[in-house]
Amino acid sequence: MSAIIKAEHLWFSYPDATPDQPPILTDVNLEIEAGSFVAILGHNGSGKSTLAKHINALLTPTQGKLWVDGLDTSLPENLLPIREKVGMVFQNPDNQIVASVVEEDVAFGPENMGVPPKEIRERVDRALNMVGMYEFRKHSPHLLSGGQKQRVAIAGIIAMMPQCIILDEATAMLDPIGRRETIDTIRMLNRDYGITVILITHHMDEAAQAQRLIVMSQGHVLADGTPKSVFQQVELLRSAGLAVPETTALLYELKQEGFSVPLDAISDEDCAAILAELLG
Amino acid sequence: MALKDITLGQYFPGNSILHRLDPRTKLLFTLLFIVSIFLCKFVVSYGLLVVLVLLLIAVSRIQGKAFLKGLKPVLFIVAFTAILNLFYTSGTVLWQFGIFKITQEGIWKAIFMMLRILLLIACTLLLTYTTSPILLTDGLERLLRPLKKVGFPVHELSMMMSIALRFIPTLIQETDKIISAQKARGADFDSGNLIQKAKALIPILVPLFISSFRRAEELATAMECRCYHGDEGRTSLRQLSFHSRDVIFLIFSILICATVCVLRYFGL
Repeated sequence: MSAIIKAEHLWFSYPDATPDQPPILTDVNLEIEAGSFVAILGHNGSGKSTLAKHINALLTPTQGKLWVDGLDTSLPENLLPIREKVGMVFQNPDNQIVASVVEEDVAFGPENMGVPPKEIRERVDRALNMVGMYEFRKHSPHLLSGGQKQRVAIAGIIAMMPQCIILDEATAMLDPIGRRETIDTIRMLNRDYGITVILITHHMDEAAQAQRLIVMSQGHVLADGTPKSVFQQVELLRSAGLAVPETTALLYELKQEGFSVPLDAISDEDCAAILAELLG
Repeated sequence: MALKDITLGQYFPGNSILHRLDPRTKLLFTLLFIVSIFLCKFVVSYGLLVVLVLLLIAVSRIQGKAFLKGLKPVLFIVAFTAILNLFYTSGTVLWQFGIFKITQEGIWKAIFMMLRILLLIACTLLLTYTTSPILLTDGLERLLRPLKKVGFPVHELSMMMSIALRFIPTLIQETDKIISAQKARGADFDSGNLIQKAKALIPILVPLFISSFRRAEELATAMECRCYHGDEGRTSLRQLSFHSRDVIFLIFSILICATVCVLRYFGL
């Protein structure tokens, strides 16, 4: 597998920042494989959203370089090609829907890319089918639930046929049902269509579903690995102000008390199995 | 407050021939019809236009009630203009009481003025009732496209219109929320004189403005992410196309306008 996103010594601070403010990103080095499902976890102000905005060339590095599929994000002529390759779904579903009819909104991206009308029609129908919103294609977005709106927003990105989708806290404003809908949709996109997914979140349980977990703190990468390996570093995560999943926390407490238990159980079932074994 | 009841754009979905006409045709028809209204001089021409509007209303298969509801807000203006014209037109006096006098010319003028306003409103209602706001915006953009050559921002204007249409329901929902939130904090919107009531609106408008600015910024970012870069090289899902019915309807509208001109020449 090849890297679709590659960051080298990436530094960023806002141009209007005073000298005593620390930079938002400090020396980030990262490679993300095409087709993978990566979660970026971090506290508010950890730089995770800033990093996401770099991948979409909404921000460009103060120092260092970032390549998307081999394209340097700091070059203005790469702007549109990069945004065709990397789509982004934001937190508030209301503020990213442009049109007053669902299918019109999904068509917005392809329209901007200059796709021929006939193909737009095909792409819109396929994207809406993929997220299960086809029957709502003539609806007005403001009549949909939060999860449905977010699925429409995702369809709007899929219709652009990007190689990578970034979800910037896309579930933060949703109720549990809406969150479930959104996460299931993007997992399906990753599994069935091979789209690279970068999920930015502060929900442990969402992060645990990814293949790879990157933890950010104070502008740099604190931990990077499979969710199982990352969550075992309980002290490190807690020092960054992050909680660990309840299952890991429970096992960690037991280990502190002197029991010999592994820490790599994230799902309730795995944790239950370990506890059952411990109890004999 | 029943903010949710506000209907905007007032589009009645349907499948009549009027619904299926190209929005550009309907826009041009409305324009020609308004010109005709102002060219009308006497009973025959007014009668022709009234019959035409009634016919089109029947063809649109939209309930007459909807049109009556649409005409309601202007009834006061209609009555006011009619009364003014009734009493202040000089001519053959039919009835006099003190300074009030009614003339034959006054009666005709009052009727014509009423008809003129009612026809104007009815024909614009016909347009907005049978055309969805999106198609209307699209039609306007296409019709105004030639103005782009002289630097008129046609695409930007229609983009602004469609975003405004998109956000009106969202902002109404938000206003409802803010009103509830302020009421929960003890704000009083219903009592006091006019000035106090106007002042009470400030705690609604300020949060609404702030959130609109925040929304605007987020929307702009989201649009940029979806490759929006103006109308350069932009295609559209909806393709407007003229059919034979559009050509027929346009010729028909031109003929109506011409007929009114001829009638005017003969003073009818």
